[in-house]
Amino acid sequence: MIVLAIVLLLLGGWLVMTFNGLIKLRNQVANAFRQIDVQLKRRHDLIPNLVESVRGEMKFEKETLERVIQARAAAVSAGQGGNTGDILAKEGMLTQALGRLIALSENYPNLKANESVKKLMEELTHTENQISFSRQFYNDVVTKFNTDQQVFPTNLFSAMLGFTPSALWELPADSPERENVKVNLTI
Amino acid sequence: MNIFEQQAANRRMTAMIIAVFVAFFLFIGLGFDYFYLNFNPMGATQLGMNADGYYEARAPGAGTSIPFGTIIALLVGLGMSMNSLINGPGMVLRSTMARRAVSSNEKEHQFLNIVAEMSTASGLPAPAAYVVPDSDLNAFATGTKPENSVIAVTEGLLGTLNREELQAVVAHEMSHIRNYDMRLMTVTAALMGAIALLSDYAGRSMRYGRRGLSPGSSSSRGSSRKGGGAAALIIFAVWILLVILAPLISRLLAMAISRQREFLADASAAELTRNPLSLVSALEKIRRAVMPTNAINNGVAHMCIADPRGSLIEEKMGFAADLLATHPPMEKRILALKVMAYQAGKPQV
Repeated sequence: MIVLAIVLLLLGGWLVMTFNGLIKLRNQVANAFRQIDVQLKRRHDLIPNLVESVRGEMKFEKETLERVIQARAAAVSAGQGGNTGDILAKEGMLTQALGRLIALSENYPNLKANESVKKLMEELTHTENQISFSRQFYNDVVTKFNTDQQVFPTNLFSAMLGFTPSALWELPADSPERENVKVNLTI
Repeated sequence: MNIFEQQAANRRMTAMIIAVFVAFFLFIGLGFDYFYLNFNPMGATQLGMNADGYYEARAPGAGTSIPFGTIIALLVGLGMSMNSLINGPGMVLRSTMARRAVSSNEKEHQFLNIVAEMSTASGLPAPAAYVVPDSDLNAFATGTKPENSVIAVTEGLLGTLNREELQAVVAHEMSHIRNYDMRLMTVTAALMGAIALLSDYAGRSMRYGRRGLSPGSSSSRGSSRKGGGAAALIIFAVWILLVILAPLISRLLAMAISRQREFLADASAAELTRNPLSLVSALEKIRRAVMPTNAINNGVAHMCIADPRGSLIEEKMGFAADLLATHPPMEKRILALKVMAYQAGKPQV
């Protein structure tokens, strides 16, 4: 009788600890996802300034600039729509367009010497890094969350307690971000 | 080994060294209590011959069952190192004359951005960013917990490294914070202090002959410990030897821990940036500029990216260098990072 009570008590204690641990992780996942969102917004705010300040110098790259502006508009509207798959695809296109712009800007010594452009480029690099690091952190936390649900014996209870594995932040297989940035240097 | 295996291996190694350290401390401390303070855990069962020739339990208080020496030494050691734990960060920043990084300066603005990036990558609050006015290449982290920690880099480092290399260095310092190395080194310092205290006291007592050299010769004990005499003598001899060597041994152990933490911080930095090779090129640059970082004193050597003393010992691969340096030789660190890069570059099967 006493043994049974102790076993039940231990089991209950273990369940409570597991549940609380999973709740903590689930909130971390949600928070990490917000962080990516914050950085994406930051990038959207930064782009108009950047395009304005390089437009005069890079007038021969109208197409690239247009593409950045369009990709930004598409990403902003996807963000308002709130469909995760859509956001992933549109932000991927924006990343690619920006990558091309940064690579091309290396060809313009005047731009590289320009203080305000230099500052903007640093901000852009910073934001791009922030996006990729927040994604990386999000994926790390999600991996931990999913692993903790799937290990034995937690896997017997996790679905019962209402936990479902979270999705990793992955690029779709046909994402333009997977392509290498192609830059035509023959002018 | 990939990044995660290297981290796990380093953590295991640290735990092992800490265990050896604690065992060593207990041996010294309990031995001290046993030989000098009449400590006996089974004091209650000890029998002594009374005046009438009967055996009876000895009067309470003649032997103590609490290892006072060990406890007091540990408390004093903790007290001393707690002081450095609490006042350390402020003292270090003052002594290096570090100032806060300002965003009006282009390079320092980049440094601030990188610190923010690394805080995002590690999921920790952003540490305060400081700049040390020194032309040598070095960086250190300090702080007891992630919320109040500081990362400082020298002006020389800001001027020499490119963005990716600076990122790698900041990631290394961020890893020191994430791994709570400050606390670990405080515990190590406490153990070292306690051992030094005990060995110092034992040495003095020996010199002035407060107690006889042979164990169990204290008059109150003698008769009840006949059988263990030879064994006790051997243990005592070993103990004396270890007491004499204690300061050296505890220093070696502390340095071994420090080196493990450097490897661990390198591996964690590679995990944060997913780019071991940028840390490699940063280390190469720092190594080429080998000269003492005068602004940084020895107190934070174990939290720096490279030994600020710039000692030549660092550059020699060898037994002595392996034992006495706070940082592993650059060659070994670079090699470990290159292995990680190679593993990461291999296609996952």
